[in-house]
Amino acid sequence: MAAAEKPPVSGTGSVALDGALTWVDQRFPLISTWKAHLAEYYAPKNFNFWYYFGSLAMLVLVIQIVTGIFLTMNYKPDASLAFASVEYIMREVPGGWIIRYMHSTGASAFFICVYLHMFRALLYGSHRKPRELIWIFGVLIYLSLMGEAFFGYLLPWGQMSYWGAQVIINLFSAIPFIGPDLSLWIRGDYVIADATLNRFFALHVIALPLVLLGLVMAHLLALHEVGSNNPDGIEISKHKDAKGVPLDGIAFHPYYTVKDILGVVVFLIVFAIIVFFAPEMGGYFIEANNFIPANPLQTPPHIAPVWYFTPYYSILRGVPPLFNSQFPGVVAMGVSVMILFALPWLDRGPVKSIRYRGPIFKSALAAFVVVFLILGYLGTEPITVWGQFGSWLGNADRATVVARICTVIYFLFFILMPWYTTLDKNKPEPDRVTYK
Amino acid sequence: MSDDQKVNKGRRNLVIATCAAGGAAGVAAAVPFAASWMPSERAKAGGAAVVADISTLEPGQMMTVEWRSKPVWIIRRTKEMLEGVVRDNGKVSDPNSDVPMQPEYAKNEYRSIKPEVAVLVGICTHLGCSPQEKPASDKAEMGADWQGGFLCPCHGSKFDLAGRVYKGAPAPVNLEVPKYTYLSDTRILIGDDTKGA
Repeated sequence: MAAAEKPPVSGTGSVALDGALTWVDQRFPLISTWKAHLAEYYAPKNFNFWYYFGSLAMLVLVIQIVTGIFLTMNYKPDASLAFASVEYIMREVPGGWIIRYMHSTGASAFFICVYLHMFRALLYGSHRKPRELIWIFGVLIYLSLMGEAFFGYLLPWGQMSYWGAQVIINLFSAIPFIGPDLSLWIRGDYVIADATLNRFFALHVIALPLVLLGLVMAHLLALHEVGSNNPDGIEISKHKDAKGVPLDGIAFHPYYTVKDILGVVVFLIVFAIIVFFAPEMGGYFIEANNFIPANPLQTPPHIAPVWYFTPYYSILRGVPPLFNSQFPGVVAMGVSVMILFALPWLDRGPVKSIRYRGPIFKSALAAFVVVFLILGYLGTEPITVWGQFGSWLGNADRATVVARICTVIYFLFFILMPWYTTLDKNKPEPDRVTYK
Repeated sequence: MSDDQKVNKGRRNLVIATCAAGGAAGVAAAVPFAASWMPSERAKAGGAAVVADISTLEPGQMMTVEWRSKPVWIIRRTKEMLEGVVRDNGKVSDPNSDVPMQPEYAKNEYRSIKPEVAVLVGICTHLGCSPQEKPASDKAEMGADWQGGFLCPCHGSKFDLAGRVYKGAPAPVNLEVPKYTYLSDTRILIGDDTKGA
């Protein structure tokens, strides 16, 4: 038996603890797992600020799971009881308000961390070979998160829950031929009703969290298989010492666990400030209309999704209908997310990190960030927010025209990438990581 | 099994056949789960037709009844309102109701069985919001040539009093006219057009 050949655990300073760990290790890969993923997982020594957001996203996942479990203890997934049960949590359950605000703030915090984490990948080429699968698992995590946020937003059964879900489910009705039946199947009723709420609850609290946890594990296993990228975008595995340890690598534990704990402390300070002083974030984290119970007969005057969906919502809204069908807008919105999967193959640049890329990629990335933010802002506002152009442009809404231009730039960033990344005048990459 | 041993074709085929049969059974097992998402009998019963009594609806007035939790508007249009509908034929995208958003018997000038009574599903054909009533007196907001109609608060689609969408709106087609029939002069059955119901 292999287990019996393992050396006993020693060095904890306690004979009893050594013995207990030895007993476990002979029955479970305790020490080897600890070494492979923490004590002897060597990460590049030049990580910077941008490398906090992966571990912070995991922290937020834990916050969401723990607060979510406690919310289900008082929440009622029933169309006639749901709204009141959320208010009951807020007003009468001891500590209920802070658990709920942690959960609602956590949703936005999750997207902030994930967006910054994805931007880090774009900056340093972390999606490039050999890390394509890490990126694909990451995009799947992002998609699951969008589903999780969408299903969760229906649960308080407020006006914005109801009408936001109405708009999104109706997107499926635009699919030719199967659309109406598909949206009927998703809703389980002719309108969003108790059946819809109940199944969204099941998906939100059981199905997607399980999928998310599985994907996070796959994301980490793939990462630890190939090793972490770094701000220089070069492989530290090229230079190893006699024991096979990368010369520019440091053990994840204790060096990066300590670094990440600093990130956690700062994050939790900001998180606590939001939870205590601005949990609704002026309508961006929880929209005002969601404090009114859902009413199928009355649409709120302005419907906007929560901020993390608004760039895609702007794209949906900006694409004009074709042949009496709004399907093109739906396709554009779907493609704008799905195109992320292709990113590792669209980027043909010979260097990975922005530090050694030429001016074309830097400008393209900057333009992409700007249009993403503009689209995000416009998605939170009605299309009339910037007024209309004069009759020379057919009195078109300014915001719509800007959204269309931004949509085109958004897609060009991806479609032209194979071309402009090869044209760029890159700088030479260093042989070893740069570290001050 | 050592490396030099040949694959036993018979056993391999048995494995393949077993996997195929197991896979088919797995797919078949998904059927009840997918089916459980379809509307239940109770939900279907809740979607049955409703009767609206329009005996108290005065000319120019509008009432809303609930059918399948959707607002259905019934408008008793005045002569001026009907003239306004005809006058705006040039401004709406589908003046002749060529897109089948209405039963055959409502594919006419005023999109209704009786010209003066409009029956419309009050759900915007863009993304399902409920438009708001904007009477002809709302010229300040809607423009000097506004004849009265509806404005969707979500993305600004405008509809006339026959539920026809104005050109340039994000909504692709006219408002839906549900199936309906007159049970008597003052009672309308909404959601079904078979008389015996």
